[in-house]
Amino acid sequence: MPHIPLGQWMSDFIDWLLAAVPWLFDAISTVMQTVVDGLTDALATPPPVVWIVVFTLLALVIRGWGLALYTVLAFLLVVSLELWVETMQTLSLVLVAAVIAAAIGVPIGILAARHRAVSVAVRPVLDSMQTTPVFVYLIPAVFFFGVGVVPGVVATILFAIPPGVRLTELGIRQVDREVVEAAQAFGARPGQILREVQLPLALPSIMAGVNQVIMLALSMVVTAGLLGAAGLGAVVVRAVTQLDVASGFESGLAVVLLAVFLDRLTAALGHPTALSRLLRVRTRRTPPSGGTAETPQRSEEPAQASA
Amino acid sequence: MPPVLRATGLTKVFGPREQEALRLAGEGVGRDDVLRRTGCTLAVHDVGFAVERGELFVVMGLSGSGKSTLVRLLNRIVEPSAGTVEVDGQDLRALSDADLRNLRNERVSMVFQHFALLPHRSVRENAAYALKVRGVPAAEQRERADWALRTVGLLDRADARPDQLSGGMQQRVGLARALAADSDVLLMDEPFSALDPLIRRDMQDLLVQLQTELHKTIVFITHDLNEAMRLGDRILMLKDGRTVQLGTGPEIISAPADEYVADFTSDVDRTRVLTAGDLLREPRMTARLGQSTGEVLRTLGAAEANGVYVLDDGQRIAGVARDDLLARAVQEGRTAVGARELVADYATIAPDRPLVEFIHLVGKHAVPLGVVDGSGRLLGVVPRAAVLDALAAVPARREG
Repeated sequence: MPHIPLGQWMSDFIDWLLAAVPWLFDAISTVMQTVVDGLTDALATPPPVVWIVVFTLLALVIRGWGLALYTVLAFLLVVSLELWVETMQTLSLVLVAAVIAAAIGVPIGILAARHRAVSVAVRPVLDSMQTTPVFVYLIPAVFFFGVGVVPGVVATILFAIPPGVRLTELGIRQVDREVVEAAQAFGARPGQILREVQLPLALPSIMAGVNQVIMLALSMVVTAGLLGAAGLGAVVVRAVTQLDVASGFESGLAVVLLAVFLDRLTAALGHPTALSRLLRVRTRRTPPSGGTAETPQRSEEPAQASA
Repeated sequence: MPPVLRATGLTKVFGPREQEALRLAGEGVGRDDVLRRTGCTLAVHDVGFAVERGELFVVMGLSGSGKSTLVRLLNRIVEPSAGTVEVDGQDLRALSDADLRNLRNERVSMVFQHFALLPHRSVRENAAYALKVRGVPAAEQRERADWALRTVGLLDRADARPDQLSGGMQQRVGLARALAADSDVLLMDEPFSALDPLIRRDMQDLLVQLQTELHKTIVFITHDLNEAMRLGDRILMLKDGRTVQLGTGPEIISAPADEYVADFTSDVDRTRVLTAGDLLREPRMTARLGQSTGEVLRTLGAAEANGVYVLDDGQRIAGVARDDLLARAVQEGRTAVGARELVADYATIAPDRPLVEFIHLVGKHAVPLGVVDGSGRLLGVVPRAAVLDALAAVPARREG
């Protein structure tokens, strides 16, 4: 069996790409570096209490009292571990990577849901993106973007895109066919159907995808630390190389605390809490109608009657 | 006037080898064989009908008979493989995408089996959906939606969300959405099938009432023959995507085209389908005011009957002449049938009333139940034998 030089071809291709469009990688690198640095400055510069208050309020509005309490305690613990700056560096890396991954993944998911050919073409690509060992991404990432935070973000994005695509496609496909037909039957344009019917009804699934994107991005933090990205990953890598159990435990714990916060927060986005639903119902009912002041008890009646 | 909606040779094949499946179907190959030989599903084959303005046209068939596909072919949500659909003489296949959307928005509305409301919008916003798509100003949207919701009796729930309503109420919203669009044609895909029997009955009543006020042209899909008989001016029986029979309810009951239809009709409550008009027969005899009493008495004797309708010059019922009173009149020397010979020993019914409403009157009097029009003219009679025939008969098979 002759050796097929697949690896050599890939290596040649990377070399060629690098020589052909070096400005492209420079541009990407500069933009990402700027965005991550800016966000990190914004998160890490003010005293921790400022952002802890903001995070707690977010948790309260989006999810409720439980998560708000958790948020206060978790971030105070991070501060006491003296890992606040590293945690904020990691958070900014995760946010940038997740936003970009979602910005790429969700539209591809929409296309895949609408066009069978896209779905068929995209599926094996997603499969290989998810199963290729993470470190394999790192090699070309270093070639293209050098060391530091940018190759970490790029590798993180590549790793985090697939669930965004998959859950968006799934969510849109699962929208009740009759409801889509109803929009068609009343003359809605395809774009209107997407905006007014498919996306809103697929939102829980899409948000579950965004949640997965964020969680995967967070799991890539340590890997990014290997490439020299500052943050909790760097602390973990240092602890591993120095066999420092104490530091490893503390930084690992900080990653988990951050992960739980982000997970609960984004999971709640797809399913509005009783509180936020109540707020929304109230604001909708009061202004124009005026006359229809219904009590909540009243509105429960037909639901029981139908059961 | 041309029909509002006309389908001609309407055919739909789902699957990869459409042309071959069409050819086989055209040769009369059955649905199962088409599937086995081409892998294509012959959902609807060569269905044609015309629906007149104001008609409630029912398409009736079991699940898998192609009725849901058929109704979606009528507004081209499903693209026909062959055949044409015309709305007011306009061929749907000749329309551009934009024109087709306008037609759906303004002239053909649809009501769905599982309501298909937007769960994240209020009842009012759902009702106004067609108007919003049309780009109608907000105030007018609201006005039209509120009118439609009032019409279906749901205006007080306009600010609720669909999931706060019961199934019957949700379908009222579905109906209001179609009414607010103010289109002539209403396509209703098993609209009441997902509802409890009592609610279903209410909704049928509501539809009948709306129809008397609004005179829409309706294509109504159902798998329930009782519902079909109750609502439909005409019924198209669909089986395996093909038309089995097309006719009025009583026509289908009295002369089912084949075993399949006969099976269905055996379950139907005939007393609600058959009307006085369906059962009426020519009276065996009538008498006129002023006719000879002796002559009428002899006719009665020959027919072994106890009484006869006496009509005035306008064919209206003046009363009933009974044999005992006629005999006394002859004895007492009155020769012409007049007021003294007449009794009110009879009952009448309008021709459109169903049997269930008059069955208790049949055979109660000296003369058979009279069927009269609005001005009291005698159109015919319903003798007891006619009722027994209609209820008991194994329906006569239609020839051919």
